[in-house]
Amino acid sequence: MAGFQFFVEVLVTGLLSGVMYALVALGFVLIYKASGVFNFAQGAMVFFAALSFVGFMELGAPFWLALLLTIGLMALLGMGIERFVLRPLVNQHEITLLMATIGLTFIIEGLAQLVWGVEVRRLDLGIKDQPLPWLADNTGLFISQIDIFAAVVAGILVATLALVFSRTKVGRALRAVADDHAAALSIGIPLKRIWALVWAIAGVVALVAGMLWGARSGVQFALVFVALKALPVLIIGGFTSVPGVIVAGLIVGAAEKLAEVYIGPSVGGGIESWFPYVLAILFLLVRPEGLFGEKIIRRV
Amino acid sequence: MFYREAGQFHTNYGQDSQIFPLRQDRFAILTLLAVAAVVVPYLASDYWLKGLLIPWLIFSLVALGQNILTGYAGQLSLGSAGFMAVGAFACYNFMLRVDGMPFLVAVVLSGLCAAAVGMAFGLPSLRIRGLYLAVATLAAQFFIVWALDKFGWFKNDDPSGVITAQPIVILGHLFDTAQEKYLVVLGIVASLALLAKNMARGATGRAWMAVRDMDVAAEVMGLPLMRTKLQAFAISSFYCGVGGALFAFAYLGTVEPSAFTIDLSFRILFMIIIGGVGTILGSFLGAGFILLLPIFLSVLFHAVLGKAVDASVTSAVELIVFGALIIIFLIVEPHGLARMWQLTKERLRLWPFPH
Amino acid sequence: MFEDGIGRSLRGLMAAVSVAAVALVPTIAHAQAKEQYFGIPSYRVGAFAAGGTGFFGGIIDYLQYVNMKEGGVNGVQMVWAECETEYNAARGVECYQRLLKRGDQQMHIFEPLATPIAYGVLNRVDDDKVVLTQYGYGRSDAADGRVFPWVFSTMTSYWSQISAKLNWIATKEGGIDKLKGKKIAHLYLDSAFGREPLPVMRRLAKDWGFELVEIPVAAPGIEQQAQWLRVRQERPDWITLWGFGAGMNSTAITSAARVNFPREKMVGVWWAGSEEDVLPAGDAAKGYFAAANVPSGKNFPLVQDIEKVVYGGGKGNLSDPKRIGNIYWNRGVTAGIFWVEAVRNGQRIANKRGQTLNGDEMRAGFEALDLSPARLKALGIEGMLPSFKLSCSDHEGSGSIKIIQWDGAKWNIVTPEWVSSDRKMIREMVEESAAKYAAEQKITPRKC
Repeated sequence: MAGFQFFVEVLVTGLLSGVMYALVALGFVLIYKASGVFNFAQGAMVFFAALSFVGFMELGAPFWLALLLTIGLMALLGMGIERFVLRPLVNQHEITLLMATIGLTFIIEGLAQLVWGVEVRRLDLGIKDQPLPWLADNTGLFISQIDIFAAVVAGILVATLALVFSRTKVGRALRAVADDHAAALSIGIPLKRIWALVWAIAGVVALVAGMLWGARSGVQFALVFVALKALPVLIIGGFTSVPGVIVAGLIVGAAEKLAEVYIGPSVGGGIESWFPYVLAILFLLVRPEGLFGEKIIRRV
Repeated sequence: MFYREAGQFHTNYGQDSQIFPLRQDRFAILTLLAVAAVVVPYLASDYWLKGLLIPWLIFSLVALGQNILTGYAGQLSLGSAGFMAVGAFACYNFMLRVDGMPFLVAVVLSGLCAAAVGMAFGLPSLRIRGLYLAVATLAAQFFIVWALDKFGWFKNDDPSGVITAQPIVILGHLFDTAQEKYLVVLGIVASLALLAKNMARGATGRAWMAVRDMDVAAEVMGLPLMRTKLQAFAISSFYCGVGGALFAFAYLGTVEPSAFTIDLSFRILFMIIIGGVGTILGSFLGAGFILLLPIFLSVLFHAVLGKAVDASVTSAVELIVFGALIIIFLIVEPHGLARMWQLTKERLRLWPFPH
Repeated sequence: MFEDGIGRSLRGLMAAVSVAAVALVPTIAHAQAKEQYFGIPSYRVGAFAAGGTGFFGGIIDYLQYVNMKEGGVNGVQMVWAECETEYNAARGVECYQRLLKRGDQQMHIFEPLATPIAYGVLNRVDDDKVVLTQYGYGRSDAADGRVFPWVFSTMTSYWSQISAKLNWIATKEGGIDKLKGKKIAHLYLDSAFGREPLPVMRRLAKDWGFELVEIPVAAPGIEQQAQWLRVRQERPDWITLWGFGAGMNSTAITSAARVNFPREKMVGVWWAGSEEDVLPAGDAAKGYFAAANVPSGKNFPLVQDIEKVVYGGGKGNLSDPKRIGNIYWNRGVTAGIFWVEAVRNGQRIANKRGQTLNGDEMRAGFEALDLSPARLKALGIEGMLPSFKLSCSDHEGSGSIKIIQWDGAKWNIVTPEWVSSDRKMIREMVEESAAKYAAEQKITPRKC
């Protein structure tokens, strides 16, 4: 295969993988932006959402009903988390909140396995995981249809969310809450409702990510590990930027794949486990809050 | 009533700056150490020693390391399992390649190796802070495990990719029964804990806490920021490395690099949060809690639900209850078990009087 | 906020919980006489739970079957206790210690179905007199019973498996000489498990003249784009897939579909060859080959009998009876068979019919495992296991596999006869590796 053509294929594949990572990272960003909590349970939420979706379909619900039911379930989960975990921990140290979300991970994982069982399930979105024919024939590039679909979905999602955060009243309220809970409360923003809303939206984002990843790799426990793939994306993009997530995702995906293909073999391969993180450190050394993150102002 | 402090006067600076100023406390801690060293090895069953006490001590040591870095110096780090791995493999290699290397020397050297690696991965902390640093330290975790896994030299080209720890021989005596291993671990952990306590109480600890609370102000006051942060990383990694060496030699015996997972790093962070960030006692209490709780839940559920319920259900319920208890704990006492103990001691000092 | 009232009582609760934890921990009920106790370190949650529930369910179902159908072994009932390991080394070791003693009885066989746990307890089994079995995984050199007296790699180690697999690939190509100049890619999970077959593959690549391409996948393996792009570039003739966990395996299959690599040229390890591994890939998995140490299917008399007796009697362990006959469950059943045969042999050898066995007797019984074709037929598992015999020095057994192929709905056996490995070469490598281990650990191999 021609050298340049292969390079293009690796690059494009990487970019599209990056989009998939960005989808998961989006959930993190939403919650961090609005409630200042680093939600480590996002991976478990992706798993739970995907599992519930296929679970409902298995129980006989058609695609759209299962989708609605799962959205409802995730919204309920979000409200429950706000009521029982976040509210009692208002204004605690960020490490405490982080730990609480890790505890949440155990609960959600256990719940998912308890309710829906541990078997592996298929997720069929009706889109074949095959290379796009006309692209393959004309240019010799093998790009999967699901990847392109995922990229389109992610693009729509990110655009919508970015608009919501910057143009709507609700978005402003979300940003105010992210800045300072107590201050937001004091000017009359309904904190509890905003948090419940944000966690519900993050749940829906988790569902979308879960469906796309599940269509690719099957719905099973390993989905919780997609969260680890999203972390470098978060660092590079900044925890608080929605468009940053996509840019960072593209960077991480492309760099990771190119490194694995071109640098990997000379060091024995398998460098994908740490390469994105080292890349993230390099980015952070230049911009400590990520490319698009809010600068943290430290007062002495 | 227990704490009759009246009559205990300190007549010199030495007495004033003791770790345990009250006589009752000194008595209690010495009794505890005596019981731990003499009574426990005789009375405890093999299960308790091999399955609970030895891992508890080892994890307490690692949690101490983590506490130094995250609790005292405020650098949130998720790489502790990686540093444990460095310690374990370094100790194995020192014992393997240097003829006649004494075990304790190998342990210290492996701690130093881990410290060096820790300092290297701690360099980003000079520029990166908070949660960003936490995720950046994951790079340490993944890279170390990858490197140890990939290069056969670390494992003496073992075809299965594992290291098998050599027997522990100190001053010619072979330590291979559970009791003997327990005593070795107890000795090492107790001395390192004492060292940590004194470091935390002294100028070193104060420098760390200054960096944690407000590093810019600390630098303005003249504290060498880079040196303090790197020192925290080095000392913390030393403790984690020694813990890792003991993990391989006194507990598991055979270890592969992928045993040091990110899950383990999270557990260690849990231990210090639940035990109490920024305390020495908290490391021990937290390690005990995190270690014992899943076992307790497992035994409880098997006893209560038994064969009546499918074992998969039991396992899933254990997981849920574990997560729920952690959250409840964080809500009830965010400062951890150490604070609960401290409050109890305060009450005991006044008891039976209310104030 | 929580200073008084609720806070105090919650704190009291926490304290009570902690005290109770300490007190309650070592309680496992007493075992009776005329019982043989087994400790089962199962994993029923986590990434590998799908396989774990099948495997350990199979073991328990067989033990239950022996109790119900024959009243135990010569009147000795099989009893067991489970402990959740979550496929984690530290939890596994704690489970080992907890399960070890039950009243006055001790467990004498330990099968964790997990490499990290097996390694974690490897150094304890000698002193505790526990037979550690590594059912188709773990150290290949444990086949040498002189260096590893208490470790058994029954059935078929990784080295034997890859040798047999390459033998089969050679026959598919028309002979070993036809492999010269061909390219075989080893796509593996970047861990000790994944690298295990490489020594054998490298040696055979040199001997037979094919090119070996090694492509590692970083854990957990749900992202394999870069690896399959390399496959596109290298264009291998065959791929040996050495993955673990449905995430990695089904992703490998779907990724193969994306780059149009024929699934008929992929042969997976048995941890990449179960129903759970291929179902998520859907149609993409059609035609994919895998190695099996135990084939799936319900058309074995024993499987049907277990379904009738145990599940009919409402004592089945699987929550979904449709999984009877799946590969992991079948494996579990055969593991149970080894245990019971060991008890039977042990009782006969030690002249303790109808009594509980101790560690040495159990090990002797295990080493006397002799599954001849007649015995397999009598047990009702003809075709499910190869016929083999263990001995003091040979702790592996057969070293044979069957190749199975997925047709979209089930696994079909492609090789009616068992495909064997190059026994001589593998044994040579095993003894060399075991000797190196013995020298390093200063172990004196026992005389056999």
